[in-house]
Amino acid sequence: MDFTRRETLALGAGAVALTVLPFRVNAAAEDAIAAFTGGAAVADGGVNLTAPEIAENGNTVPISVSAEGATAIMLLAAGNPTPGVATYTFGELAGSAAASTRIRLAGTQDVVAVAKMADGSFAQARSTVKVTIGGCGG
Amino acid sequence: MISRRDFLQVSMAASAMLGASGFGNWSKLAAQQALTQDQLLEFDTFGNVSLIHVTDIHAQLKPIYFREPEVNIGVGENRGAVPHVTGADFRKLYGIADGSPSAYALSYNDFSALAQTYGRVGGLDRVATVVNAIRAARPDALLLDGGDTWHGSYTCYHSQGQDMVNTMQLLKPDAMTFHWEFTLGQERVRELVEQSPFAMLGQNIFNAEWDEPAEEFKPYEFFERGGAKIAVIGQAFPYMPIANPGWMFPDFSFGIRDQRMQEMVDEVRAAGADLVVVLSHNGFDVDKKMASRVSGIDVILSGHTHDALPEPVLVGETIIVASGSNGKFVSRIDLDVRDGRMMGFRHKLIPIFSDVITPDPEMAAAIEAERAPYKTAMEEVIGQTDSLLYRRGNFNGSWDDLICDALISERDADIAMSPGVRWGPSILPGQDITREDIWNATSMTYGKAYRTEMTGEFIHVIMEDVADNLFNPDPYYQQGGDMVRVGGMGYRIDVNKKQGERITNLTLLRTGEPIDPAKTYVVAGWASVNEGTEGPQIWDVVENHIRQQGTVKVAPNTSVEVVGA
Repeated sequence: MDFTRRETLALGAGAVALTVLPFRVNAAAEDAIAAFTGGAAVADGGVNLTAPEIAENGNTVPISVSAEGATAIMLLAAGNPTPGVATYTFGELAGSAAASTRIRLAGTQDVVAVAKMADGSFAQARSTVKVTIGGCGG
Repeated sequence: MISRRDFLQVSMAASAMLGASGFGNWSKLAAQQALTQDQLLEFDTFGNVSLIHVTDIHAQLKPIYFREPEVNIGVGENRGAVPHVTGADFRKLYGIADGSPSAYALSYNDFSALAQTYGRVGGLDRVATVVNAIRAARPDALLLDGGDTWHGSYTCYHSQGQDMVNTMQLLKPDAMTFHWEFTLGQERVRELVEQSPFAMLGQNIFNAEWDEPAEEFKPYEFFERGGAKIAVIGQAFPYMPIANPGWMFPDFSFGIRDQRMQEMVDEVRAAGADLVVVLSHNGFDVDKKMASRVSGIDVILSGHTHDALPEPVLVGETIIVASGSNGKFVSRIDLDVRDGRMMGFRHKLIPIFSDVITPDPEMAAAIEAERAPYKTAMEEVIGQTDSLLYRRGNFNGSWDDLICDALISERDADIAMSPGVRWGPSILPGQDITREDIWNATSMTYGKAYRTEMTGEFIHVIMEDVADNLFNPDPYYQQGGDMVRVGGMGYRIDVNKKQGERITNLTLLRTGEPIDPAKTYVVAGWASVNEGTEGPQIWDVVENHIRQQGTVKVAPNTSVEVVGA
């Protein structure tokens, strides 16, 4: 196969898409947690956060969260320009305190779930979700 | 009381001894004349169950040369741990004599000279002989294929994987898992899965729309062998839609999903499994981490990162077996399964020395039948090489240096990028380069060679992104490929830094000037995961370049400075 000069010098489309923003620490996430907890201490453990380690598509990342005995769970994407994702509240008749959703992540960042327990205490779980350009897999 | 872990450690010691008598200790003089098929297959059948593991064959039906990596850096907890040990350190670790057949099979030094002595490796007809011999000793041995089988050659590309499906069916595997198979496109994968009369497994293959287990793939399969109930759980490559073009298989989602792996282990144990085997395409470091987080797995048969280890690695009470790539090795693992537990094992990594092992005639005929329609085109000689052409290694290989040279000259680019894949056999100095050889190093369903403009800043972002996929200290964030190979540009990498800080001193080699973040450069590359990529196929670009050169010569690459290894 031979390339003409025109073909050789043509600039093709679609090589690499820059959809990845570098991670930014967002003070808004810490502010949102403080507002949710009223400044109370937040323990680690007791919250189950399921997120992919590397997002297959940063525009729609499946996230599940559960915390036994929680009355509310706040979900945050700590590195998004607007970190708030959702706050789920669970009434006394709720069978379980669990929720699933899909969220958009602007880049590699921590997803944070903070649960308010029936006794008024707070617990959290964090998971880093990497958003990458991709390619080069073995 | 002696614990089960103690039992396994005793097995490990016994296995190492067997390694010394059976694998590592062929004398330096034992070239073709002395080394025999019987020696390669020598194995004192043990226990009541045998597993046979092949993985990452990459459609190499015929014997090839394959040089193991010189640079294979481990980070975090895996720094200096196998498989991140190469060359003389590797030989010392396993007691392998310099210049021995094992040194040739497992390390990189003096590769071209040792290849002259010991010859080619692999060939599915030789693999068939070894599998048949193991089955003669243990008729109900399980044969498990770790995937990357339906990708990687001229015949595989043109038959869309049919050559591999047809030949593997003669081997009669019991189960298989997946990676590059999906780059055939999801409809073709469904067709070939339908044709294959054995278990097609992946507990982490999900329906992307509903985020539930995919109907086409079972998470596990039970087998009754040697009076034991064996569960084989599949684990496909977790990062397929990220490392490969997700648009080719939009219905599927993957991920590590180790919580579900634990659920599956618990489920098969509750159903009476005496032995739990995970057939994995995670990559070695990911398998080690998974073994530390998921309890109840007896054996992980590890694929993807192409490591060949003469002994299993013990993590807790799980043994991890790594069986190399390109048809170069077959692992045999004999297990003593009693009272619902694995109480001991014996293992051998069998190197497939093509000149020593007699081809199985039935398989040899099947391979020739698959090759026949393409034989003339494949065997055309395009040029010769004065240099050893190889790919494996974290940063660069001479094959990719040649491909980058081809991209720069054929596409008139400043900088070239070649993906850090781990497949692709080696070519010895003085050998002809045939069209088949070029395809062995480039064949894929998204091989178009793009030509585009990128700013210096964007080039830096790409380099950092790929480096983090290789050197993130947490294996769960690694994708298992090597570093993107670069032509026309040099750089310095500190593997221990964080993403964004690893890559410095980007230099345009043509001028010796630093890459300017604000300036635009013309970049040519191939294997973009984006839909709609335009350009000629990479194998045509490389063929044109080699044809023009006649005899290729690749100078040693000194443009990457590695720090922190």
